[in-house]
Amino acid sequence: MAAVIRVEHLSKRYRIGLAPQKYQTLSENITFAMGAPLRAIRRVQTPAPDAMDTIWALNDISFEVQEGQVLGIIGRNGAGKSTLLKILSRITEPTEGEIWINGRVGSLLEVGTGFHPELTGRENIFLNGAILGMKGREIASKFDEIVAFSEVEQFIDTPVKRYSSGMYLRLAFAVAAHLEPEILVVDEVLAVGDAEFQRKCLGKMSDVAQQGRTVLFVSHNMSAILRLTQESIVIEKGRLVKRAPSPEAVDFYLSAGHSRDGERTWGTDEIPLEADPFRPVALRIRDSKGRVVETIRSTDPGVVEFEYELTAPVTGLRVGIYLNTARGEAVFTTFDTDDPAMFERFTNRKPGRYVSRCIIPPDTLNSGRYSLNVNASSYRIRRYFAEEQALEFNVDATGAPGMQWPEPRPGVTRPRLEWKIESL
Amino acid sequence: MTAEIKKHEPMTVYIKPTKGWASLNLRDLWTYRELVYFMIWRDLKVRYKQTVLGISWAILQPFLQMVVFSIFFGNLAKVPTDNGIPYPIFSYAAILPFTIFTKALNDASRSLVGHQNMVSKIYFPRLILPLSSVLGGVVDFALAFLVLIGLMIYYAITGGFHFFINAAWLALPFFILLALVSGLGVALWLSALFVQYRDVGYLIPFLAELWKFVSPVVYSSSLIPEKWQMLYSLNPMVGVINGFRWALLGAPSPFGMGLTISTVIAIILLASGLVYFRRMERTFADTI
Repeated sequence: MAAVIRVEHLSKRYRIGLAPQKYQTLSENITFAMGAPLRAIRRVQTPAPDAMDTIWALNDISFEVQEGQVLGIIGRNGAGKSTLLKILSRITEPTEGEIWINGRVGSLLEVGTGFHPELTGRENIFLNGAILGMKGREIASKFDEIVAFSEVEQFIDTPVKRYSSGMYLRLAFAVAAHLEPEILVVDEVLAVGDAEFQRKCLGKMSDVAQQGRTVLFVSHNMSAILRLTQESIVIEKGRLVKRAPSPEAVDFYLSAGHSRDGERTWGTDEIPLEADPFRPVALRIRDSKGRVVETIRSTDPGVVEFEYELTAPVTGLRVGIYLNTARGEAVFTTFDTDDPAMFERFTNRKPGRYVSRCIIPPDTLNSGRYSLNVNASSYRIRRYFAEEQALEFNVDATGAPGMQWPEPRPGVTRPRLEWKIESL
Repeated sequence: MTAEIKKHEPMTVYIKPTKGWASLNLRDLWTYRELVYFMIWRDLKVRYKQTVLGISWAILQPFLQMVVFSIFFGNLAKVPTDNGIPYPIFSYAAILPFTIFTKALNDASRSLVGHQNMVSKIYFPRLILPLSSVLGGVVDFALAFLVLIGLMIYYAITGGFHFFINAAWLALPFFILLALVSGLGVALWLSALFVQYRDVGYLIPFLAELWKFVSPVVYSSSLIPEKWQMLYSLNPMVGVINGFRWALLGAPSPFGMGLTISTVIAIILLASGLVYFRRMERTFADTI
């Protein structure tokens, strides 16, 4: 077996202010250029200037992928996964390091890119195929197959702007799926589309893997990673921290959180610049007696509290949590201003320190490990701060309904339901 | 079931940071040559969709421009032409190659920013976007050329002016190429700059307007005093338009120092544009 991808000492640096700010205007650049001499003088005095205005999205990553391997890539948002994929598919260049790729890289992330609404389905198949690097005759020979897969035969000569979004997605996916690259990259594509579409994606992926092609699979869904990959790499803050068989890598990833014993605190250096004026302080889990704990009981109320600071007034702020199982399945999402009365009362929040606290009612969660994502945003205006898997905790089901039978109960929730038995 | 693995032509990609001057990587461009064709085809298909007049716009635009110029510059301002050539056909012979340049300026310069989605999501040689946009202008040009033939026949019948198809017509491809080279050169610079500086969006219409007046579109280049001729020829479109008028209408020959300067400038524009474009290409996806 030969290595189809070899990555050596790969690094990618972004200038802060370039990446989030997107683009500059000429006047800004002229002002910047005029400040250059001054900065040059300052640079002599400050010891590590580079660390101040640049971030390493990827830092010295090396790995190899064998032909026919399905490799999982795990990491939090912002860990560098997307940057890695962008470099592998040659969309952007690395700052340092070298990569050898043997074969064509195709990606299910780019479905529908280059589709033109005014063109018909037929025309878009050819155009999109060419954009993805297929030759004209290659597309022509697969045309019928693509149309059949997309299930839009009837509308193939209708402009795609008249398609429903489902038809559009199916056609786009059909083209991408028939590219037949030697290396397939799948990135969170499973987050879009309906259940049927997701199933098709996964099906196509395992087909591709069975045909002996190489697949790189990026996902937050640990169940999917475990189901589809044998080996995974874990990326954390731009570094490759673990490469292991998937079950081991998933365990490593899940336990590598910064959360310790029911509390996650944020240091100043951990808060991204764009979060301003929102500054997270701590996220805690408390039991019914108010103690910070790592394990709450299913039969008792649990408290989730998020402490934060506002350095300027914020309008329409909502602070909330996404509760997931440790494997990545969503349980529920809740915000502190969900209640319309609360929403009215806290339209404007003055600068200061706040705690948003909610109670998980007793008899809600089944036993198991859970993870909290936090999010602070103003709806449709801005997302100030979000962090995935900010904190993990356990739920213990002692005393919960049905514990007289020592068997695991499937399901995320464990409600205490009122049963009635009538004899007829 | 035995699934047959179809092997594509073996292709090894080697990725490393390009330091200093990037190579042009024309091999890659060649691999993707079909995409150039598809992009041109798409632009043509899409451009006149949902219009009543459709493709006739490609003819109407330069024609109406010629009518307006003839009324204001020809009849009212009495701008002189060379060798008594009727003003309408005199200006049309300049509008024709200038549409190639205008298209490059207006469309090709916006091609990268206009395809943000493609640039930030997929790999393909970025040069394809401005290149196909500029080449697409040749189709409009060909259509508008038919009007010129019509005009020439009209003037031949009414006896206003006589033209002959002669050997000079063979020089036309050279002047078309010169217009394409100049247009692409400018478009490469502007499209790459546009990715980083959105100011370019405001600059383009202004530049297109200005360029039209520093080129002999509505007037004859012989109006420019002799001592300024060399400076004037720094604009490569001067060489293009003079060449067209010479080849088609029998205006004074453009060959000489002026045309040489125009040609050299066009080549410099293209070469420097290519280098700058390739140099900036590596950050397009990050900055766009």
